[in-house]
Amino acid sequence: MQFEARNLSCRRGDLRVLSGLSFTLGPGQALILRGPNGSGKTTLLRTLAGLARPETGEVIAPEDSIAYAGHADGLKGQLTVAENLTFWADVFGHAGIDNAMDTFDLRPLATRQAQNLSAGQKRRLGLARMLVTARAIWLMDEPTVSLDRANVKVFAGMIEAHLAAGGIAVLATHIDLGLPAAAEFDIAPYRARPDDTGNPFLDEAFA
Amino acid sequence: MIALLRRDLALALRSGGGFGLSLAFFLIVVMFVPFGVGPDSTTLALIAPGILWIGALLACLLSLDRIFQLDYEDGSLDLLATSPLPLEGIVVMKALAHWLTTGLPLTLAAPLLGFLLNLPDAAYLWVFLSLLVGTPALSCLGAFGAAITVGLKRGGLLLSLLVLPLYIPTLIFGAQSVVLVVRGLDNQTAFVILAAISLFTFALVPFAAARALKVNLK
Amino acid sequence: MSLWEYANPTRFMRLTDRVLPALVVLTGIFMLVGLIWGFFFTPDDYKQGSTVKIIFLHVPSAMMAINIWAMMLVTSLVWLIRRHHVSALAAKAAAPIGLTMTLIALITGAIWGQPMWGTYWEWDPRLTSFMILFVFYLGYIALWAAIEDPDTAGDLTAILCLVGSVFAILSRYAVNFWNQGLHQGASLSLDREEHVADVFSTPLYVCIIGFILFFVTLVVLRTRTEIRARRASALMARERQG
Repeated sequence: MQFEARNLSCRRGDLRVLSGLSFTLGPGQALILRGPNGSGKTTLLRTLAGLARPETGEVIAPEDSIAYAGHADGLKGQLTVAENLTFWADVFGHAGIDNAMDTFDLRPLATRQAQNLSAGQKRRLGLARMLVTARAIWLMDEPTVSLDRANVKVFAGMIEAHLAAGGIAVLATHIDLGLPAAAEFDIAPYRARPDDTGNPFLDEAFA
Repeated sequence: MIALLRRDLALALRSGGGFGLSLAFFLIVVMFVPFGVGPDSTTLALIAPGILWIGALLACLLSLDRIFQLDYEDGSLDLLATSPLPLEGIVVMKALAHWLTTGLPLTLAAPLLGFLLNLPDAAYLWVFLSLLVGTPALSCLGAFGAAITVGLKRGGLLLSLLVLPLYIPTLIFGAQSVVLVVRGLDNQTAFVILAAISLFTFALVPFAAARALKVNLK
Repeated sequence: MSLWEYANPTRFMRLTDRVLPALVVLTGIFMLVGLIWGFFFTPDDYKQGSTVKIIFLHVPSAMMAINIWAMMLVTSLVWLIRRHHVSALAAKAAAPIGLTMTLIALITGAIWGQPMWGTYWEWDPRLTSFMILFVFYLGYIALWAAIEDPDTAGDLTAILCLVGSVFAILSRYAVNFWNQGLHQGASLSLDREEHVADVFSTPLYVCIIGFILFFVTLVVLRTRTEIRARRASALMARERQG
């Protein structure tokens, strides 16, 4: 299995933000996206996930292999922790939520409604969701926001286990997770130049 | 996909108001008609089929913006779009959940409200049947409108403006299915076309709605 | 050079810059000749008197009202399939003109209907269909206005136009069924075409061509404005991004 971005350009609104970005990841490899705010990390992740269409280039991945986690956890406040996880397990066609519950120590919270969780607890539940997808390629946007130090370690452990099992991950985060298998990937060099907008309305020959 | 339907139904039940609000609205609309046109029972009997259809249609409209809005705001829609479920399937399930929580209760309530409007005896069955067959189309078109406006901050009013014109054929054939019976005429054509519109809507509109969702998620 | 290349905004601007003056002049000639001929140099109808002359506004505007929607459908499809920006903007530019044409057709129809049938408004299938077309235009225009990102707006309005077209046609048949159902086929016939004599038809054709040219001129002008607005907003976005 291989996950590849080939000569990607991504667009945000009227302008191109990233241009000519490529990488290849094999089993057990991970990328940590680096770049200042607004540099296009979220746009890139959404493009890799297939939510946005790349302006040029392509994303190559085996079919149905990508799991995406954005800023929002996609939790339903009226459902309990266990129900939230079970729903996603059903959607992805995998019944077991035990492993996910154990990893982030969610058992004591199992019957609590998600709306009564703290921000950190919600995030743990959101991250546990990745485990029930049983997908190989994880794309995660700022996964450690509102996690305490202990749970950042748990999260790092989860990623490590995922990679050890032959998974792939692309993470946008500012925290050092201490993952030996993860390479840092600075997207700043791929930022689109002001004259490379891909926007026909910015044609210099415009009358 | 059944999991999605189950979840949406559970959410509608737990958040309350799902069933209740549109039914209450329906009741109030029907109750207001005599206030507006006078209590004369002959007049009411004449307009009852149309009032029941328009009332149900408006009540159906109320909850449309919730079809995708909540999932969009809490990020579930992103996650669903990257799940194995096809977007078209998601749209159908969402429309179905909307129908089960609004269209179906309205259909069941309509004959009861018919009493208030002195609905002619022959019409009860057809009010029920025409709404049963027609309201799924309303939910499906509503899901389309909701998919178009999901990215907008205050899309509620716009949603109504977009969806109502699309409701015209359903309303006409639905109401005619009842009106013709009240006039002692044959309503078979109207009813069959109503059913055809419902099927046609469910067959084609989810593709357009899925496309609209994709645009809004990018 | 293929036709598609004019869908590039710069080329479109350059081309239209050259043809616009000719378009304006032609529009003026056809409209003036058609309307003056129609209003002052045709006889009064033996039955309808001079009110018949409203036909020279009513028929062309009604034709345009429908055809502009058809044009929007085509340009929407071109945008969805080939991603030509000018196409999306042309649809946007055409909509308010279509709305106005529909309104003109409705108003002139009402003015004509009063002396003819003794009523300004009748729920006749044709009149009702135009009313329905009017609300479809309203929804389409409102959607363009509501969405900030222009490409997203182009996509969503194009999808709405597609679905709207299907349901507008369904509504047309529904309305035919409905009125016949209510009136037992006794409704007013609006098939004026067959009553129109040759003295009227020639200036009417001139007026129709005039209206078509008028629409083309307006839509080109408005598309140019939309293109300039897009350029301005793109320039500002680039400025912000620095």
